[in-house]
Amino acid sequence: MSDSTARPRAARRRLPRVNPVWLLLAALILAIVFMNPGFVEPTGYMNFLKRAAPLAILAAGQVYVIVSGGFDLSVGSLITLVVVGSSMLTNNDPSATVWVIPLMLALGLGVGAVNGAIVCFLRVPSLIATLGMMITLNGLAFLWSGGAPRGYLPDTFRFFGRELIKDVPLVRFIPVSVIVLVVVVGLLTWLMHRTNLGRQVHAIGDNPVAARLAGVAVNRVRITAFMLSGLSGALAGILLGGFAGVSTDVGTGYELQAITAAVLGGAQLLGGRGSVPAAVGGALALTAIFTLLNFLGLPQPVRQVVQGLILIAAVALAMHRREETGT
Amino acid sequence: MKRILLATGALALSLAPLHAQNFDDPEEFAKQKEQLAATPEGPEGQPWLQHIGGEMVETADLGLSAPATVCFSNAGVNNPWRVVGYTNMTEEVKNHESIGNFIHVDAEGSDDKQIADIDDLLAGGECDVMIVSPNTTAALTPAVERACEAMPVIVFDRGVNTQCPVTFIHPVGGYGFGIQGAEFIASKLEQGDNVLMLRILPGVDVLETRYSAGRRILDEAGMNIVGAEFTDGDNAKTKSIVEDYLMRGDIDAVWMDAGATAVAAIEAFEDSGYDIPVFVGEDQQDFLRKWQDEGLTAIAPTYPTYQWRTAIIAAAKVIEGEAVPGPEWVLPQPAITQENLDQYVNPAMPPLHYAMCGCEEMENYPQAWGGN
Amino acid sequence: MSLAEDTPPRATGFRFERWAPLILLAGAALIYVAVAIGTGQAQYLTLDNLIAILGRSIALGITAIGQTFVILVASIDLSVASLISATAVLASVVMDGAPAMILPAILAALALGALVGVCNGLMVSALKVNPLIATLGMSLIIQGCLSAFVSNFAGKVPVAFQVFAYGEIGPFPLALIFLALMAALAWAVLRFTRFGSDIYAVGGNEEAARFAGIKTGRVVILTHVICSVCAAIAGLYLASRLRSGAPWIGSDGVYDLESIAVVVIGGTVLAGGRGGIWGTMAGMLIFSLIDSVFNIAGVDSFAKQVLRGIIIVAAVAFYAIRSKRIVA
Repeated sequence: MSDSTARPRAARRRLPRVNPVWLLLAALILAIVFMNPGFVEPTGYMNFLKRAAPLAILAAGQVYVIVSGGFDLSVGSLITLVVVGSSMLTNNDPSATVWVIPLMLALGLGVGAVNGAIVCFLRVPSLIATLGMMITLNGLAFLWSGGAPRGYLPDTFRFFGRELIKDVPLVRFIPVSVIVLVVVVGLLTWLMHRTNLGRQVHAIGDNPVAARLAGVAVNRVRITAFMLSGLSGALAGILLGGFAGVSTDVGTGYELQAITAAVLGGAQLLGGRGSVPAAVGGALALTAIFTLLNFLGLPQPVRQVVQGLILIAAVALAMHRREETGT
Repeated sequence: MKRILLATGALALSLAPLHAQNFDDPEEFAKQKEQLAATPEGPEGQPWLQHIGGEMVETADLGLSAPATVCFSNAGVNNPWRVVGYTNMTEEVKNHESIGNFIHVDAEGSDDKQIADIDDLLAGGECDVMIVSPNTTAALTPAVERACEAMPVIVFDRGVNTQCPVTFIHPVGGYGFGIQGAEFIASKLEQGDNVLMLRILPGVDVLETRYSAGRRILDEAGMNIVGAEFTDGDNAKTKSIVEDYLMRGDIDAVWMDAGATAVAAIEAFEDSGYDIPVFVGEDQQDFLRKWQDEGLTAIAPTYPTYQWRTAIIAAAKVIEGEAVPGPEWVLPQPAITQENLDQYVNPAMPPLHYAMCGCEEMENYPQAWGGN
Repeated sequence: MSLAEDTPPRATGFRFERWAPLILLAGAALIYVAVAIGTGQAQYLTLDNLIAILGRSIALGITAIGQTFVILVASIDLSVASLISATAVLASVVMDGAPAMILPAILAALALGALVGVCNGLMVSALKVNPLIATLGMSLIIQGCLSAFVSNFAGKVPVAFQVFAYGEIGPFPLALIFLALMAALAWAVLRFTRFGSDIYAVGGNEEAARFAGIKTGRVVILTHVICSVCAAIAGLYLASRLRSGAPWIGSDGVYDLESIAVVVIGGTVLAGGRGGIWGTMAGMLIFSLIDSVFNIAGVDSFAKQVLRGIIIVAAVAFYAIRSKRIVA
């Protein structure tokens, strides 16, 4: 399914056309504003960004794995494990946050490294490897906590997902999670589109054999991609736990939403193509769709149908455009 | 695609309403309202041993002798309510010498698997008494009927569509839960005040009845119901929904069909800078603590987890040949109110511990329930 | 999904790939016997119990047979779980307790299955939508349509139709014999028909198959129809077993991910072109045996999950570790 005709992409691509995800996002935002004029107030759009932040970070990490030619289904359970684990470890002690957060980020990196190693060295396809990891991590979260959350998350931990920075000029306030979002997405964008690592990730997704022959350390780059995805999972977990507190099913469904967001942003499954900002755009668009359907008062089943249709349409359109332009 | 939509749609539309279960049954509503007010029989202060009305079933002729093996087919331990309940159960087993061996199989929330589990237990031939907590009522009925042919069966929580079990243990029920919360709101608010109703998901019998009863009372009291939303029991989604409603207008009360996400809903008011309105939660510790700390106007109807103890007690009685309340053992279903709140708050317990567990006097409390 | 550097299959000698599913199955069976004896519960080693174990995963087995077909052409189907719910509800609503409506209900369920299969196949082969996304989208659409109209058990299956799930021929449950027949049929199709060899050709290398004159699009669509019809049959079986259909029975059984897991544990390669039905049946048996081992040994349900995840990865690694290819 990989297109064998595509050449390794040049270092800098010119983008003659706007990625359609931005048009979609603009249209959705206009519709939301039309439905609910309060959205142009800081409370409106900041709440929106705050809500979208975990998914956007997740999508930015997922896009690394997708561009390198794989999937990461384990991030949803990783979120759950991070939230449950943090509540167990902090044990209501506000000062524990200082070491629990770095530990959780390390856990994310570690899970990613294991995923990557299973794919690279045991040759298990990433779909299965990360599916196994998803089931295992979910089980671990339950095993650790005994099936129900054991502790509260202290306010110091919840700072990142819940607090606002007040008295900011122009926008009045900024949620901390939005700052986290901007910083993380900035870093991941730079890493993907301005560094050698990003070029290598694209190269192995495009044609791993050619990449290896060209001297790319395929295994190392793939494992790095999984580690970045794991890290983004841990970050998303910290934000979600902060936003809404502890529960044992916080992460459910996030893995598919992250993949959907990346695909909406034009990332090509099985590799070679994808951009971090566009994946974030996909995440914002997906959140905007949910928000819009909420405002329209549509019941859950309709939301599911719309989500399914948009998903298929986005990919079918992308394939159509690709065939037309011959790339 | 269109054809599927139309075909499924047309078929379902034409046929489904005929089969929709009735979750708004005035008779059942009236019956449960009466049961809430009734004085239960049995030892005071030990509601898990009490029963409301009903007859007794003799079990001496079942021919069991102690110690016997009790098998338990569990729908799952996939939510905190069931985790607390299952802990009550395993702790209660230790109190009964007549229960020699306790075998537990977990269906992980699948009807199909639970049917297979019951068949496996029957094929294994080790069980003397079977306790079943059915995943769903209709699907498990045939399996329970097969089990009844081989041994005495005790059913609790959800029922089955057959009279064959020795007894069916359950608290008053969903209508009762809905009534307690909604009556509290109606007593605290004026006519025309805004009430937001938050529900977990549609289609679940025990939740649908809570909603229909709550809705009936709020409507009759002339409340303005601004919305009834499904939260999937998800904290983040609950908080987002409440935030969205607050952007559109004031809310004077929140009614919930289950309390696991109550604190997230309260935080939406706090974080948006609003006063916390009248709240209907449930007996989870995090809600009770918030209630006490913030001095809320609130009530916590319960669906008591002590019924898991009662199932074991009933099994032991069956083994010992004592009479048990049956064929229905209706347990009292108290609500936690401002008056008795202090009695139930315990900061040592985990956030989603269900306070109405009837377990405080048990030997391994609080460690076995995850408390410090 | 395969990439280059395929090792050519060796023509002679011991074919590891062919025997690997049996080795795994034997391993699982050994563990089962050892646990049963080790925990002093030898009564679990009777024929009745073996049959009970086999009967645990009939719906999963039927679904996995279909999933094998799509995976063999390097596609995948995530919509089976929703389709199982949809067909179970459809059948039970159409029957509504009337024996005369059994046949129409079966036909309606199979027709719905075929329709979904055609849609999936068209999206994958004509619109070139990645199968994961296409079938995930389809799954959302089916589930949405279904839960828009039904939120609980709907309709009723007449006693005559409950024979499908509860009938017995001698000591064997009818459904088990049915599953065996389906597996045999699927094996025959893959082994002896032109269509079967086309499937392996398309899965092995789609472009080469196209140059060889195979109508690859048609093959992909047909495999998707087979997969969806199998899911529809699984839905009928569950309706018969549960005596009614509800919109959650497919997703509660996690038939989408579990059927994929069963297929790959049975040695069929996600990249397509290699594997077969008997491997899938072995995979199903391994799943059932593991489940029973957990029950006998009284493993707590959370630890079960952890072990299950590890077992899936380990089993697939058992096949894959010898390959030199770079996997997706």
